[in-house]
Amino acid sequence: MIEVQHLTKHFGRLTAVDDLSFTVQPGEAVALWGANGAGKTTAVRCLLNLIPFEGSITLNGIDVKKQGKAARRLTGFVPQELTFHDDMSVAETLTFYARLKKVPTGTDFSDLLARLSLMPHIDKPIRDLSGGLKQRLALALALLADPPILILDEPSANLDIRAREDFLFLLHNLKQAGKTMVFSSHRLEEVTALADRVLLLEAGKLVVDTPPNELEQRLGWHTTLHVYLPEQSINPALKSLTTYGWSVNKNGRGVRVQVKPGEKSKVLRVLYDAGIEVEDFTME
Amino acid sequence: MDIGNILILAQKELRDARKNRWFLLYAIAFTGLSLALAWVSLSGAGNYGLAGFGRTSASLINLILLIVPLMGLTLGALSLAGEREQGSLLYLLAQPINQLELLLGKFIGLALALIAALALGFGLTALLIAINGGGAQISIYLTLLLLACLLAVASLSIGFLISATVKRGATAVGLALFLWLILVFFGDLGLMGTALVLELSVDQLFALALMNPLQLFKIAAILDLRNNLEILGPVGIYAFRTYGTQLLPLLISLLLIWIITPFALATFLFKKRGIL
Repeated sequence: MIEVQHLTKHFGRLTAVDDLSFTVQPGEAVALWGANGAGKTTAVRCLLNLIPFEGSITLNGIDVKKQGKAARRLTGFVPQELTFHDDMSVAETLTFYARLKKVPTGTDFSDLLARLSLMPHIDKPIRDLSGGLKQRLALALALLADPPILILDEPSANLDIRAREDFLFLLHNLKQAGKTMVFSSHRLEEVTALADRVLLLEAGKLVVDTPPNELEQRLGWHTTLHVYLPEQSINPALKSLTTYGWSVNKNGRGVRVQVKPGEKSKVLRVLYDAGIEVEDFTME
Repeated sequence: MDIGNILILAQKELRDARKNRWFLLYAIAFTGLSLALAWVSLSGAGNYGLAGFGRTSASLINLILLIVPLMGLTLGALSLAGEREQGSLLYLLAQPINQLELLLGKFIGLALALIAALALGFGLTALLIAINGGGAQISIYLTLLLLACLLAVASLSIGFLISATVKRGATAVGLALFLWLILVFFGDLGLMGTALVLELSVDQLFALALMNPLQLFKIAAILDLRNNLEILGPVGIYAFRTYGTQLLPLLISLLLIWIITPFALATFLFKKRGIL
């Protein structure tokens, strides 16, 4: 279990993290979500005791300030980008970190490497790896000693859409396997796909602590639904939807509807009940 | 503290130093110039009362004073600041190691790399001297190697301190080069100027000289070579008469203090400010 109590971090006059407290249960995935500068990365660095901070953090009962090494032994860290050891091969990098993590000599990593599709790249120098492969390698390094906790700092920030989806799938599998995860992200889709709980940070303060499916409701967000309809159905659709009190207007190939959290499917049902065929829809 | 972690990190530093183009350039320059000096010394052997290793040692002192601090300072300055800038220091410290292990590992690795480079230069030069039959005074030559190693590691330690205090690798190297310039070129002139302006006595001037690791090396090397310090004038004579046989151990101890103190300060600062 991870327990963070009154975590505060100042950089000069700037308060990067302000009295942040939360707990993470074993096997839970918690997202630190917020805009750039919200304090996510600073909080992640404090979890690993990489920078001095006020307050207390324990990982499975171990105080990270007093027993930093022991606490870090429980964690695997995935940074935003693997930006080092360019001249070392994947195999050399794995060996170096395995030794630091005290993984017994002769341990077979082939299963881990196969899971992360790194086997064909084992002899390549890191500088020759794509961004996606480097991130997979960072995950492999984090998993070398099979730690119970994974801490990830914007793990897919530098990946393209395809690589991001692949990487999120890997993280999802690790979550299913029971890993406890804390990750920072500014992408809503990443947070909703992976997290059991979302901690929204604004200017270093915890604003909302909620499951992702309640996030929109808690924040009072409205979603704009673009519904694509046949030309002759647009006016009947406008009439039907307006009677339900939604803000609706015509939009090229269909209508645009502003809906409260939890009402998106209701729009489609109203149109269905009115006998209006929906060609497609997107959300904003 | 885990000695295993320190050794793993030291090995990595040694490996990286082999691929560091600046380090290689310095090492090649030092070896090449050492060989050239030995060649020149051997060609005129015996004319000035010194031969073989002794004569080459005398020529090497100025070369060491010029190149060795430059190697140590720049290598040390790049060590932390460069990796901090890259982000690799943060990743290393996210592993189950502590800051002291990281610093010691890096320091030992780099110190060994410097010593290996000096040993290579001295070794090849010794080979050249031996082939040409100038085997006399090898003990002087070996003591000079030891003193050069101490100077290299002291310079590395000062470079480490610079690296722990600044954020950017380029700033650290700039500061290291500036310090090198002060120590190498303005060390003697500064001492002379200060002595004239403040009308310092010989004991005060000697105490001032002891504050510069390059002066420590120079005095120790001349003492090793000539067994007296008359060549250094009144200050040298004063030092030799006052400390006698204790002078060389004193100078070596002070060089060791120049190794330990900057490293300890670097560790303190590094721990205090974290990896940012």
